[in-house]
Amino acid sequence: MRWLLALLLALAPVPLLADSGLPPAYWANRQLPDPRQEAKARGLMEELRCLVCQGQSIADSDAELAGDMRDLVRRRIAAGERPDKVRAWLIARYGSWISYRPTAEPAAWPLWLAPAALLLIGAFLIRRRIGARR
Amino acid sequence: MRFAPLALLLLVVAALVWRLATPEDTTVKSRMGGQLVPDLVLHSALPGGPDRPLRSGSCGPVVVNFFASWCVPCIAEAKRLAELKRQGVPIFGIAIRDRPQDVANFLARNGNPYEELAADPQSKVQIAFGASGVPETFVIDPYCIIRHQHIGPIEQEDVPIIRKQWEDLRK
Repeated sequence: MRWLLALLLALAPVPLLADSGLPPAYWANRQLPDPRQEAKARGLMEELRCLVCQGQSIADSDAELAGDMRDLVRRRIAAGERPDKVRAWLIARYGSWISYRPTAEPAAWPLWLAPAALLLIGAFLIRRRIGARR
Repeated sequence: MRFAPLALLLLVVAALVWRLATPEDTTVKSRMGGQLVPDLVLHSALPGGPDRPLRSGSCGPVVVNFFASWCVPCIAEAKRLAELKRQGVPIFGIAIRDRPQDVANFLARNGNPYEELAADPQSKVQIAFGASGVPETFVIDPYCIIRHQHIGPIEQEDVPIIRKQWEDLRK
């Protein structure tokens, strides 16, 4: 009986992270009137990681926090701030985690070195193949 | 060399098993520790309440708690916050994306542990703190510097920890 109850409880949907009842922020799903500014904001939003849906950019995510962050990005770009400054402001709060663009930090060195390493391994393999055929 | 593919396969499987056994930590810690609290003026979360600057001559020590009426874990956390209040810890509540009447209902149902209450309808304060969800809690020192962060609901065992963090900043 107890396990049946436990099973039923496990099957019952638990709304752990409900959404708020407030509408999205003004600039969350609205383009800026100036297409050049919108393009800048868009470029930045595609490189910022959503804190809720962590595999998505804030441009892709439907999470409310992502909407609020799009609003923040568009407002700052519209106020004349450069995308790099907005990115730096967010990195100061969440770390380089928030940005998809790789940095020059030591943690990212394997990423930068990987293409060179793969090319070297490829060259080595080809040389061996050619050497073996002769 | 003949066993290289097999070794490679084993390596990949080992890596996958390891990641499954120890899942990645997905909490995002704020980088604002040791920094001044954001210089913002906040509106009250309740109808007709006063505006309040976040930064002032003497900030605390105070516990800043981000919560929301639509946040389920916040209901359980309300009891722990009440416990902290009983122990004399002042708590500054910031309601994320909330309506005044919903906040009032939430407090009527779960008790009001907050000395002051501010609204954050567009998550601006939350982002300025480097917080990524609700509930989340920060401890601020008398000079308005963010000292500690607690991610997720405060559990029973966290109460003495937060109480001590606050106590240590009083001197």
